[in-house]
Amino acid sequence: MSARVGVVTFPGSLDDGDAARAVRVAGGEAVRLWHGDSDLHGVDAVVLPGGFSYGDYLRTGAIARFAPVMESIIDGARGGLPVLGICNGFQILCEAHLLPGALTRNSHLHFRNRDQWLRITATNTAWTNSFESDQDVLVPLKSGEGRYVADQATLDELAANGRIVATYQRGNPNGSERDIAGVTNEAGNVVGLMPHPEHAIEALTGPSLDGLGFFTSILKHLAGASA
Amino acid sequence: MARVVVDVMLKPEILDPQGQAVANALPRLGISDVSSVRIGRRIEIEFAGAADPERVREIADKLLANPVIEDFTIQEVAEPAAEAEAVPAGDPA
Repeated sequence: MSARVGVVTFPGSLDDGDAARAVRVAGGEAVRLWHGDSDLHGVDAVVLPGGFSYGDYLRTGAIARFAPVMESIIDGARGGLPVLGICNGFQILCEAHLLPGALTRNSHLHFRNRDQWLRITATNTAWTNSFESDQDVLVPLKSGEGRYVADQATLDELAANGRIVATYQRGNPNGSERDIAGVTNEAGNVVGLMPHPEHAIEALTGPSLDGLGFFTSILKHLAGASA
Repeated sequence: MARVVVDVMLKPEILDPQGQAVANALPRLGISDVSSVRIGRRIEIEFAGAADPERVREIADKLLANPVIEDFTIQEVAEPAAEAEAVPAGDPA
């Protein structure tokens, strides 16, 4: 039986369809979850997709964090449920305090939409174990509030404990502290990533197939967990 | 009825590129003596009854502001009736 990976749809989610497709292309079963339904339907992992949940009102992710489905995901994540937040999903995870820091307006104020090189700097998480250490990958980035910030002590701790999952290469697109594109929690089950691996899984539409690694990683992780 | 105003500002150490953009636009108005502009958010809340300071603080801390990057201040203000007397800015009369 293939692993069941939930993909949440909030009002204003954009990339839930692509995220579900990425799960399927990787060989998993995608289960669509609705923001207003606190039942996770027994999924083995959850993806919070990109978009503009609740219109980005107040702050990005600030309202989504209180959606009924999030209460269940927050409880689950604290118990080890793997959760990947992409772009707006990353913002939601920071607002929910499942990940440290916050995502703020790009330093140059411009929306950035481009194919972006990243270096995968932590391969011991539930979502990155298929990558080689320090592997460079090319995936689309599309965000206006992607600048990762945290206080110096938090940044030092993230760096010292291998919790910076990905860094921007060949130019920092948004002014993120220490070129951070993604981070993980202490346990490695929760990962937030600003760029979009779900858009880089097929040659027809993506700049590479590199994004698939995040989705094969979770299936590998779940297969190992159940073995 | 109680009316409470919550002001949310980015912490001083957090870069405010919107404020910088506004500051950089001011010389176009001929204003050259502004050294800094920072942009925040003002939120007005009306309670049906009295405002419980603890609950207002909880609202501000958990939802209105993100304490990782923002500070907030809370003040209870007078009844909105005072607004009727305010002269609209730029009123030619």
